[in-house]
Amino acid sequence: MNYKNGKELLAICREKNIAIYDVAILNESVNSSLTEEEIYNVMKDSLDIMKSSIKKGLDENEKNIIGFMIGGEAKKLKKFYENNKSICGKTMSKAISYALSVMEVNVSMGRIVACPTAGSCGVVPAVLLAVMEKFNLDEDTVVKGLLTSSAVGIIIGKNACLSGAEGGCQAEIGSASAMAAAAIVEMLGGTPEQALNASAIALKNLMGLVCDPVAGLVEAPCAKRNAIGTSNAMISAEMTLAGIKSVIPFDEVVVAMGKVGKMLPVNLRETAEGGIATTPTGRKLRKKIFGEDKIQ
Amino acid sequence: MEYSIFDIIGPVMIGPSSSHTAGAAKIGYIAREIFGKNVNHVRFTLHGSFAKTYLGHGTDKALLSGVMGFLPDDERLRNAYQIAEQKGIKYKFDSKDLGEVHPNTVKINMSSDDNHEMTVIGSSVGGGKVKIIRINDFDVDFNGEYTTLITKHLDRPGVMASITSILAKNRVNIAFMKLYRHAKGDYARLVLESDEKIDNCVIEDIKNMDYVDDVTKIDKLVL
Repeated sequence: MNYKNGKELLAICREKNIAIYDVAILNESVNSSLTEEEIYNVMKDSLDIMKSSIKKGLDENEKNIIGFMIGGEAKKLKKFYENNKSICGKTMSKAISYALSVMEVNVSMGRIVACPTAGSCGVVPAVLLAVMEKFNLDEDTVVKGLLTSSAVGIIIGKNACLSGAEGGCQAEIGSASAMAAAAIVEMLGGTPEQALNASAIALKNLMGLVCDPVAGLVEAPCAKRNAIGTSNAMISAEMTLAGIKSVIPFDEVVVAMGKVGKMLPVNLRETAEGGIATTPTGRKLRKKIFGEDKIQ
Repeated sequence: MEYSIFDIIGPVMIGPSSSHTAGAAKIGYIAREIFGKNVNHVRFTLHGSFAKTYLGHGTDKALLSGVMGFLPDDERLRNAYQIAEQKGIKYKFDSKDLGEVHPNTVKINMSSDDNHEMTVIGSSVGGGKVKIIRINDFDVDFNGEYTTLITKHLDRPGVMASITSILAKNRVNIAFMKLYRHAKGDYARLVLESDEKIDNCVIEDIKNMDYVDDVTKIDKLVL
């Protein structure tokens, strides 16, 4: 049941005529001491925490949901689309507001599910919940979506990387987006092949994205990059379900992303020594928050 | 590296950073477990990235919460200072270069009401994963992901054989095991990680052995 890449995962799906989420849960139960039911229940608990983090950022008093540089953006966007001003359409706009909300909860020391990391914790919940509401999906389908995304994340982790320090933002937001894209496809009845096709498109679209957090904090540009990761997942799933194919297959994209990560200079890998972190405004913010400009 | 589903969808944690917040809370928690007593005085010495950005990531609150026994997903974490003050716990944060260690490293000096003291050094190595690298004057290396047993004993023939046979008798399988000593015949430390839970009566049996000074058990962290 073990798979080291997308090709092997799809071979298992084909051979047993099962979905990616089935392989994910079977594989985990073989490799851990947990039963399938126990694994499913932990995923369900994670989904509940995701839901409450979305709700918290949109409902709670703004004073409580604030970091050094961000806070209150999710509410602004919600108000905007509720007034029918949305350019992207309600589903996309709502999903973006969800991603911003989870990130605001994260920076204000609220409870979140790292997915795959804390800096990218908004993408998967935002996409899954917005799609669930749009298509009136039941909770079981969404828990399975989480399982689908976990399998994609495992493959990216094994063959590339998942942290900004190793591979830049493409490894965090890019991976989260690829995970979410596959989840949408399986949640809406697409095939395992289509799911990984959507992941390939999502990961390609964000390839090369650098990790350049202002003042070294998980706020700017992280929150808004969760928004782009969210919309990118939806765009990639939409193209896939319309029958559009990724020119480069998933496994090759994953390996390429890992290589790009290694080529990125260390200044652009979570050290806050390049990109927008070292712009005049970025430096000014760092000084304001930490009292001195530590970058030479 | 092998990943579990829960490495990808998880951990459930208090934000904003898995390394600087969740990992820090975990180090604090494990340090308290090793100490085995309520901490009433604690000094944290922050190294590297921990020292530079602890404020923005709530690393300070996370460490303090951990030392008070709160896990990384505990919402009391953000109010750690107030809670410590209510409990009458004295705390202090310093920063210092701790040498050739991971950039996210902290030294924790703890003392209790009855004047016991202990120093634990731990590193947050990414994604909320941690490594304990020193207990008092012994270098160690474990991560809290297994049930961990730590002994302080005299380096004598047969001590290891007796400990492992007590574990075998109680059907505890050893996953990893490392032994540290300063010099032949001097005090030594065993750090043993097991797949199974270890009952307290097993710990008592080991404590009652000749040459064994102290035994600490840290239950596997369920996060």
